[in-house]
Amino acid sequence: MALLELENVCINFGGLKAVDKFNLALQKGELVGLIGPNGAGKTTVFNMITGVYPPTQGEIRFSEKKTNGLKPYRISKVGISRTFQNIRLFGELPVIDNVLVAFHQHTTSGLLASVWRSKKFWLEEESLVKKATELLAIFGLDTLKNEISKNLPYGQQRRLEIARALATEPKLLLLDEPAAGMNPQETAKLMLLIKDIQKKFDLTILLIEHDMQVVMGICERILVLDYGVTIAEGPPEKIKKDPKVIEAYLGEEIH
Amino acid sequence: MQEFIQQLINGITWGSIYALIALGYTMVYGVLKLINFAHSDVYMVGAFAGYYSAHWLGIAENPSVPKAVLVMLISMIVCSCLGMTIERLAYKPLRKSSRLAALITAIGVSLFLENGGQLVFGADPKFFPQLIEGQEIWSKSGIVISNLQLIVLLASLTLMAILQLFIYKTRTGKAMRAVSFNIQVASLMGISTNKIITITFAIGSALAGAAGVLVGLTNPKIDPIMGLLPGLKAFVAAVLGGIGNIPGAMVGGLIIGIAEVMTVGYLSSTFRDAIAFGILIAILIFRPAGILGTSTTEKV
Amino acid sequence: MNQTKKIILIVLFSGLFLLLDVLISPRLNPYYLQILIYCGINIILAVSLNLINGFTGQFSIGHAGFMAIGGYTSAAFTFYLGPKILETLFFPLWFSKPLVFVLGLLLGGALAAFAGLLVGIPSLRLRGDYLAIVTLGFGEIIRVFILNIDAIGGARGFSDVPKYTSLFWVLGFTVLTIVVVRNLVYSTHGRAFLSVREDEVAAEAMGINTTWYKVTAFVIGAFFAGIAGGLLGHYLQYLHTNSFTFIKSFEVVMMVVLGGMGSITGSIVAAVILTLLPEVLRPVKDYRMVFYSILLVILMITRPQGIFGVREFNWDWLKKIFSRKKAQAEGA
Repeated sequence: MALLELENVCINFGGLKAVDKFNLALQKGELVGLIGPNGAGKTTVFNMITGVYPPTQGEIRFSEKKTNGLKPYRISKVGISRTFQNIRLFGELPVIDNVLVAFHQHTTSGLLASVWRSKKFWLEEESLVKKATELLAIFGLDTLKNEISKNLPYGQQRRLEIARALATEPKLLLLDEPAAGMNPQETAKLMLLIKDIQKKFDLTILLIEHDMQVVMGICERILVLDYGVTIAEGPPEKIKKDPKVIEAYLGEEIH
Repeated sequence: MQEFIQQLINGITWGSIYALIALGYTMVYGVLKLINFAHSDVYMVGAFAGYYSAHWLGIAENPSVPKAVLVMLISMIVCSCLGMTIERLAYKPLRKSSRLAALITAIGVSLFLENGGQLVFGADPKFFPQLIEGQEIWSKSGIVISNLQLIVLLASLTLMAILQLFIYKTRTGKAMRAVSFNIQVASLMGISTNKIITITFAIGSALAGAAGVLVGLTNPKIDPIMGLLPGLKAFVAAVLGGIGNIPGAMVGGLIIGIAEVMTVGYLSSTFRDAIAFGILIAILIFRPAGILGTSTTEKV
Repeated sequence: MNQTKKIILIVLFSGLFLLLDVLISPRLNPYYLQILIYCGINIILAVSLNLINGFTGQFSIGHAGFMAIGGYTSAAFTFYLGPKILETLFFPLWFSKPLVFVLGLLLGGALAAFAGLLVGIPSLRLRGDYLAIVTLGFGEIIRVFILNIDAIGGARGFSDVPKYTSLFWVLGFTVLTIVVVRNLVYSTHGRAFLSVREDEVAAEAMGINTTWYKVTAFVIGAFFAGIAGGLLGHYLQYLHTNSFTFIKSFEVVMMVVLGGMGSITGSIVAAVILTLLPEVLRPVKDYRMVFYSILLVILMITRPQGIFGVREFNWDWLKKIFSRKKAQAEGA
């Protein structure tokens, strides 16, 4: 049983067909890459999976249950989490609060309990802070937990976004260009981090990336998108040599 | 039937005035994405500028068309300068701030003009002098059209036509359209966005000034708070037509004017002010882009 | 802090407020007493609006409408149903009168909360400026609606509302509002509100039901505004829609902005300042609004985050001041 299935998924924006008959069967535990030139529709696929846009056609299934049309927060509760192409942190909030927000869906204190501040409320807050600090430690951010997140350097902001996504306790993690803007050393560290968290949190990961070092380095399988259509699929060695892929990225070969 | 037509005519008259004011809202929102709350008070200043210049020119004794045109021009110039001043002093410093800060500032300027107006002009209403002799030019089968109503309609249409030509047939007009589309890219293309914004305010305020004088023709009672309600309704008209869309503001203005007059005529005058808000809420729920507007989706 | 301690604290504070009321109200110059009561009411308004505007990031400029609903509903209850209830209840008057008052206030708050629900719904599809205009519109529609109901006075206003509001009630509800909003904001739900303000798309992706939180902010904010309206009505013994216009809404917005959107302390301080300022400026009453508006524009240009920004009063500040003083004394 595939964890995530996209079957002939299409989406139109006005007259533009942004994604056409996209198919994907993601098995549990896989680390798959989604690549393609800019504007190919990769983030749009992410947006459909996470419920930001409903597909115009086709079906998306998570653990065999259809998720088309569910609102994003419901999809998060089902076990899918993501990061964003352009960082979307809760900028004015401290680092730890960003993570605490993501824990919210697993809390049980209601509004009244928060106002009355029962013992249960305090215990839950304490355990949340503890869990958040531990999670931040994995990303090397626990010493910065009270910093206002928008003041963090870029690389740390990207890591915080991943940490936040993990706080929702997902089964599937969608990473949208996590290495964007990073230098080679940071990128290498990120690659190790991703493999590490995949093991530690028993995750299935779908990754959009332009940095070929990352893609070829950690992805088990790659899908290539161009103008909304899948033009190639397979392991890294095969994709590297595929002429259609080369053409899409570089234009036609010069003979 | 004849009452209906009479109401329709009255509605179109009011509608043209709303349309002139709405144009200012829509143009400023188009370039700055700001609801210029103070615009309604520029309209009020236009009415008072007309009032004082009319007295200064001694029109009440000898009403005539050329003098009326002169009064309107004076008012348009005064309002134009006022609009540009407001933009430079209050809005320009906030171009990089949050939208809420800009909105609150706009409200602040509006309150300043209203209360300042009360201090300077006095809070009690004044009566706009007769600029042109009012005459019935059509009085058959119970329908009465006065020349003043016709003048309001013609003047408004003329101004709107000139604006359309300007926006669509001149380079500056093209620049204005570019800025309202995407201000950053427009500046990268070499357009002086500051100049365009200033021009936008100048034109929008001038139109409001014209509206202020035209309203003085048909509804002579003016006071410093006269701008509040028409301003809000003109804003609704701009949204109805599609905010940022110039023909839309004209269409919206006419619709609001007619709807309002019809409501007073056939329902009840207490609902007169509420109908505009009702329309606003309805548009924003069912078709937020407005009649002629295009909707933009946020990129995630 | 365990539950019994909390209940003891509540009883103690109620006793304190009652004591203050009994001791101060008869002795204080009625003018000063009125200012105190207005301070309390304005604090309730500012803190409740801050939940919507400051913490959840929704542009609401129709708060006066909720006030009006609360005021008129509670007044209608105590005026029309009150006497009948007082007749039939077997409790002594010193108990049943406050009971009727509280019931009236709660009913007013509840109806205002329902209005908040209605106003909150457009907030789901509208952002920023548009939402502001719609909330303004709602405020006006509510006003026009009330004007047309003769049973609660219509254009003449609602007179002879029983004078139930006293310093005790104002103190009590002010503290209640502050505690409720503060506890809400400093909890996991508070973080959810803040996430809606910061980035709705990200909040949804992280499992926050942004729709629910936006509407809830409106409902809670409106509830307390309704209470404030009820307190005002039962103090002035008279209600008129002219007190609940856009100007009133705007005054509350000014308090929130001046204090700092996202700071409860700020709302409290700004509410007090803006209650006292008109009194201080009374000799130049006509220039007051002109002065306010210029002040507002200057504030927005120079310090849009208000006095406190997003910071709150902290016991640590006091400790810092005292330890500094102690260090100075020891050094000398």
